[in-house]
Amino acid sequence: MVADKKPLIALTLMLMLCGAAAQSPNHQITKSPNRIISVIPAATEILFAIGAGPQVVGVGSFDTFPPEVSKLPKVGALLDPDVERILSLKPDLVLIYASQTDLKQQLQRAGIASYEYTHAGLADVTSTIRALGDVTGHDGHARDVAASLERGLAEIRTRVKNRSKPRTLLVFGHERAALRGIYASGGIGFLDDMLAIAGGINVFADVKQQAVQASTEQIIARRPEAILEIRASNSALPPADQAAETHVWDALGSLPAVRRHRVMFLVDDRLVIPGPRVAEGTRLMAQALHPEAFR
Amino acid sequence: MTLGTRFLRTVTAFGALALAAIVLAPLVGSTSISLRRVFDFSIPFGDNADAQIFFVARLPRTLAGAWVGACLAAAGVVFQGLLRNPLATPFTLGVSAGAALGAMLAITFDWALTAFGISAVPAASFAGSVAAVAIVYALAQARHRGLSTNVLLLAGVTLNAFLSAMILFVQYFADFADTYRTLRWLMGDLDVSSYEPLLASLPLGVLAFGAFAWLARPLNLLSLGPDSAESRGLNVAVAQRAAFFSASLATGAAVSVGGPIGFVGIVIPHLVRLLVGPDHRLVLPAAALFGGAFLVGCDLLARTLLAPVELPVGIITALIGGPFFLWLLIRNR
Repeated sequence: MVADKKPLIALTLMLMLCGAAAQSPNHQITKSPNRIISVIPAATEILFAIGAGPQVVGVGSFDTFPPEVSKLPKVGALLDPDVERILSLKPDLVLIYASQTDLKQQLQRAGIASYEYTHAGLADVTSTIRALGDVTGHDGHARDVAASLERGLAEIRTRVKNRSKPRTLLVFGHERAALRGIYASGGIGFLDDMLAIAGGINVFADVKQQAVQASTEQIIARRPEAILEIRASNSALPPADQAAETHVWDALGSLPAVRRHRVMFLVDDRLVIPGPRVAEGTRLMAQALHPEAFR
Repeated sequence: MTLGTRFLRTVTAFGALALAAIVLAPLVGSTSISLRRVFDFSIPFGDNADAQIFFVARLPRTLAGAWVGACLAAAGVVFQGLLRNPLATPFTLGVSAGAALGAMLAITFDWALTAFGISAVPAASFAGSVAAVAIVYALAQARHRGLSTNVLLLAGVTLNAFLSAMILFVQYFADFADTYRTLRWLMGDLDVSSYEPLLASLPLGVLAFGAFAWLARPLNLLSLGPDSAESRGLNVAVAQRAAFFSASLATGAAVSVGGPIGFVGIVIPHLVRLLVGPDHRLVLPAAALFGGAFLVGCDLLARTLLAPVELPVGIITALIGGPFFLWLLIRNR
């Protein structure tokens, strides 16, 4: 059976699903590394944003932004890092997920410095930006990027401050054409933080998980006033299908969100990658929840 | 006591259990609702959240549990009788792996087709189970004129392994969220939130149960061995084919509704045999009714134990079924 490794993989993926970044103590990083590899989309974006782009020699297979990364060698990702490829690129710093313990050991044996990420809230994005600035020798630039991100978030906060905050169900996936297997943001993680800044109250705030499989009963009982369906751009749907997908919610006619036609689809990578563009993603959420605040 | 009375008693007892489970389970859930409001039809249904919780969330789910449990338990009895192997389950012959591959493909490649009112994932999982059954049957058929249960078993186990490898292969192309959703699907989920998946699978299940009713006596004869069964006037080849296809059909219908929920198809048949003896005329209806009640109960635990979050129902059936089955093994020595 395929069952043997299920719980373990599921657990890892649960941690993964939202992928935010925070730093942990890191060793043996040389003074300003000039051959950096990142297997994490958010970290790759940060490197380029703080001016460390020219030092990057390899990226993860899911990395698409900024466009320059398409020219760089792909070295796998969370579950399938290509160690041979990584070593052959002769990096002096590799940015990895904290759960990639095998990769970390292999890098250690090869005498290559690694920088570990764990997944947490929005505050960790700015602290990671600053930390990566220190590590890569772009501390000044990184501070500017972090400060501008914080300003962006603060501006959104101010705009929605005096608006009534809709109880919101933040969905990041369900089965096609059916209200089954609905995954929503729980009360921790960067998506929950983004929703709070965008002026929404998470209906699953009390569930301290990044991803909640929301049962039909819980969704009806929690009476969301808005439903935001967010997707990465690689899973964008044709407009007609997208309309059809919003209509699957009509089955739950008692939801205020359904009755007030407040079921919205947002398809944008900036919503799902907790990197330097996360303020832009938060702004998309805020515009959906409070269109009148952005006129 | 004649068979007639024993049949009546068995069906009454297990039927009462199943009915009690179906009536009581929707009254309990992860939220509290007012029953008076649920049945207050002066409130428009669209405005009545209590009624929606009852009729959209809980009732279809309870019925799905009863239906899937009945199908899996009865299919388990038939597979064990057909293969003359107490360890056979509805998933031994590759049905679940075929269904899982179908579901995985639908999730990964985001198929949007809907057929007969059911959405892509259940439809694809049913198609996958049909394909697996067809392959196993063709293999078991090729070497012998009749069905060789040994070849059937070997083909099934091998196909299971092969399809599991295919699942990993497809998984390689899936992104994290899809992989996670597939893994979750494999653990079973009865939160159907509408009656359509049930209605869609009903005709198939009814067909299967019709065959089961006829199969009770042939399965009794088959338990003596194919040769003795043949000498007592049973057309073994026909009975084996009927058993194989009807049990596969019931399994495919169940998996398309709730995913491959484990242990129901093996624990319930054994428990029922312990209670009513080996006669399939009693075991089959009792297992169907008891299986339904059991899965409704397991799903009740799944949706309330860790509320507001849910446990996959397959974990509950495994946690109850696994130790219980081990106990049966030790006890029988």
